[in-house]
Amino acid sequence: MAEERVLMKGNEALAEAAIRAGCRCYFGYPITPQTEIAAYMSKRMPKIEGGVFLQAESEIAAINMVYGAAASGVRAMTSSSSPGVSLKSEGISYIAGCDLPCVIVNVQRGGPGLGGIQPSQSDYYMATKAGGHGDFHLLVFAPASVQDMADFAVWAFESADKYRMPAMILSDGLLGQMMEPVVFPEISSAQPEKPWAAVGHNNARPHNIINSLYLQPDELEASNIQRFERYEVVKREMASAQTYLTEDAEIIVTGYGATSRIIRSAVNAARKEGIKAGMLRPVTLWPFPEQAYKDTLSTAKVYLDVEMSMGQMVNDVKLAIECKRPVHFFGHTGGIIPTPAEVLAQIKALDEKIRKGDI
Amino acid sequence: MTSEIQLAGFGGQGILFAGKVLAYCGMLDGREVSWLPSYGPEMRGGTCNCSVTLSDEPIGSPTVYNPDILIVMNEPSFVKYINEVKPGGCAFVNTTLVDSVSDRKDIDIYNIPATAMAEENGLTGGANIVMIGMLIKKTGIISMDGIESTIRKMVPPKKAQLIENNMKAIRMGYDFE
Repeated sequence: MAEERVLMKGNEALAEAAIRAGCRCYFGYPITPQTEIAAYMSKRMPKIEGGVFLQAESEIAAINMVYGAAASGVRAMTSSSSPGVSLKSEGISYIAGCDLPCVIVNVQRGGPGLGGIQPSQSDYYMATKAGGHGDFHLLVFAPASVQDMADFAVWAFESADKYRMPAMILSDGLLGQMMEPVVFPEISSAQPEKPWAAVGHNNARPHNIINSLYLQPDELEASNIQRFERYEVVKREMASAQTYLTEDAEIIVTGYGATSRIIRSAVNAARKEGIKAGMLRPVTLWPFPEQAYKDTLSTAKVYLDVEMSMGQMVNDVKLAIECKRPVHFFGHTGGIIPTPAEVLAQIKALDEKIRKGDI
Repeated sequence: MTSEIQLAGFGGQGILFAGKVLAYCGMLDGREVSWLPSYGPEMRGGTCNCSVTLSDEPIGSPTVYNPDILIVMNEPSFVKYINEVKPGGCAFVNTTLVDSVSDRKDIDIYNIPATAMAEENGLTGGANIVMIGMLIKKTGIISMDGIESTIRKMVPPKKAQLIENNMKAIRMGYDFE
């Protein structure tokens, strides 16, 4: 029987789904607007067999606890908001260098620095380009609803295990704080075997060593090359996007996460005025769904990227369409959320340019 | 149909809870709903507001800028939001704590001394629910049956006595003329 719809905050839905996905170790440190994740975990984890909730002394401690738990093969998670995720970047690099699966949640707030506490999307670069030092990638998932917050927690754990790499859920304060009905996904209890895990074995096999230190350059290079071969598979198998009214769209409005909801409202309003606008929402930010963008080129005359940042995703859009069309940008930062009316005004201005032959 | 609702007042008046009651009720009706609070370094006595959308279609932006329905429970919120209500929309005003009046003729304004009514009937803190009672009567966006099952579901078993208090508050608002 399908589970009933429950009304929950995005942060709480993510936490509940993570537990259902088999997360048994959660390490965190409070920061608005993600603290509900830690609060929820603190209530639920102690009631679950094998469940561990630990409020660490810092974000850095928390990510290193995830590093240790993941090395033992346990599904482990930490969550924070933008400044806290910056602190975690060293640990994230170590985890990636050791090919360990885990889930890191970033409920973004305004930056840089201590910034503000209102919703933002200004950690796109950090999530997709610079999660830490060294050659590595994170799987990056961008939820756009409370249901996504739940579904993507499961997806992130399963994908992280499958490809042996850390996964990030890149959310924001709007999605974390809002409530919507959510139906928790059915989850198979089976988790993959982890023969690489550093756990006790009564000397039945050689020891597993989890390590990111290679003093021989050729060994280090070989490990990087092997990892990037795996990333090619991830790119083929994981890139995901959602389209809305793009079949005949001349204006493709693109944005991820909470912003895609605002775009959807604006696209609906534009369609009512006879403007051929559509939405393209990247669901995975790494790998970036390049093919979904290329598929829109047959009708698109112009692209409009909308973000709660100064335009961090613009270059990825340009690369995806190989600069074959102009890419415009509209955004707000600092915790200001673009309104559907503002996005509609941008769409109308582009439509007018198309009508005049300026695009 | 889509109803965009804004609720606003002091922290501690149950603004977020009242919004949750509306969203929960919409969900039990099988509708799409969203609830978005203001959040920040807020405290009891500070201002607080909440956006609720009930719709038969997927909800885009969860932020309500121009509500179809406004519930205002204090003076600063009245001043801030009364001119944001969509023409043809309506506003429910807690006149115990709002002195200003609006000269808008393009919206329906329903006045109710909800805080005083709640206090006089031993329901201190229940003014938010009194206002929902009036909203049900005047807008019909949710039903009396719906609100009763909502309150029964939302109140934890340990606090069962609150069900009757909440229903009493709803009926007071519903019957107010």
